[in-house]
Amino acid sequence: MKTIQVSAVTEKIREAIQTINFVTPSNTLGRLKEAQMNEPSPAGRQALNDILENRAIAAEHRVPMCQDTGMALVFVEIGQEVHLAGGSLSEAISEGVRQGYREGYLRKSVVGEPLFDRRNTGDNTPPVIHYDLVLGDQLKLTIASKGFGAENMSRLKVLTPAQGIAEVKRQVVQCVIDAGPNACPPVVVGVGIGGTLEMAALLAKKAIMREMGQPHPDIRYAALEEELLTLVNATGVGPQGWGGRNTALEVRVEYFPTHIASLPLAINLDCHLHRHITITVE
Amino acid sequence: MNTDDLNNQQDPIRITTPLTNQVIAGLKAGDRVLLSGVVYTARDAAHKRLVETLLAGQELPLPLPSQVIYYAGPAPARPGQIIGPAGPTTSSRMDSLTLPLLEAGLKGMVGKGNRSQEIRQAIVKHRAVYLVAVGGAAALISQRVTKMELVAYEDLGTEAIYRLEVLELPLVVANDVYGGDLFEQGQAQYRDAEMLK
Repeated sequence: MKTIQVSAVTEKIREAIQTINFVTPSNTLGRLKEAQMNEPSPAGRQALNDILENRAIAAEHRVPMCQDTGMALVFVEIGQEVHLAGGSLSEAISEGVRQGYREGYLRKSVVGEPLFDRRNTGDNTPPVIHYDLVLGDQLKLTIASKGFGAENMSRLKVLTPAQGIAEVKRQVVQCVIDAGPNACPPVVVGVGIGGTLEMAALLAKKAIMREMGQPHPDIRYAALEEELLTLVNATGVGPQGWGGRNTALEVRVEYFPTHIASLPLAINLDCHLHRHITITVE
Repeated sequence: MNTDDLNNQQDPIRITTPLTNQVIAGLKAGDRVLLSGVVYTARDAAHKRLVETLLAGQELPLPLPSQVIYYAGPAPARPGQIIGPAGPTTSSRMDSLTLPLLEAGLKGMVGKGNRSQEIRQAIVKHRAVYLVAVGGAAALISQRVTKMELVAYEDLGTEAIYRLEVLELPLVVANDVYGGDLFEQGQAQYRDAEMLK
């Protein structure tokens, strides 16, 4: 049994939420530079130039890359041998989000109730939190600032088994075409296949949380990811929808067993900012 | 316009506000532009008020003829900064509120994403131009702002109207007076129809 103080979680999240809004990880930077090198469209290259220059300025001056600093999203993996002390973990996570958004001068973009009041909560809380119980004595956190230009263009469909792979491909390509410039391409496409309705959506989101440059371990799914990326980049949407061959940086697929009668499919888009980080709390 | 003409110029075109018909006539969809001078921020809520003011026949809080509106709501500035991150927001949300402003002499709009057919036609009719900035490039754009002043609707917070002085704001022409459209033409040019069959 290992004891972790929840105040340590607050501290980690406060830092992480600022880091992901200011600093670009080297693998994402590398992928963007590769896109800039191979982009045939001059307007598309201009967009990628601006994206890269923007990231350099944000990191140097510790200012957010985008004024939409998103809604905070936290995936928590708790080892079964971890004992959490010092209060509520969910509250500790919220407090980290609150402090991070305040300290980093990040925009507060959350409304407390979605339909009637839509009043801003003023501190960007609450975050969306997902908990997973796993083996071991570690506490792992994946923290994201999810922009909603791309979130708004995402979709969920329950297909029939007969529609199969062909329809999955068609849906992914159509989703990216329909999103066009509004998802702020080049996007990262998360595809969740199988499970139940909500599991498919969660899988798509988890796919987005993967590190850049890590194909699916199952070679059939890795090949599907590659084929989907080729198809999405054949749409011509390009960076910012200005036309070009870099519409997506990666397409990532996650799957889960499903019912004999069903083929749930979720497609979640992430804008080019792709702000997330995975950390371990000791 | 022939798509072969699209995006082929080498150096960005430098333009300065206020925008004249002559300057606007020299801009084509796909052209890269560096904009200097003055732009006024206005997004959803400010547009609603501007249009209500116009319809009521009252005086606007800013001069519209030959001016440029930037669809943006800046994030908070750190102490000592001129402006917080101020990237473009999605322009199509302003489509239903744009015609009266064009009729009142507005010449330029800066935002992100495509416009409705109605607005594209109005841009031709009123000899205006729609320019796009990179969505998400807020830190870069903020660095090109040399001065920020509140003009109207302070109660709207980030959605108030601010007068920004900008130096070489990097933009691309999306809709021109000839009916050109960056999104349609650019995407058609790079679409691989064979692959998507």
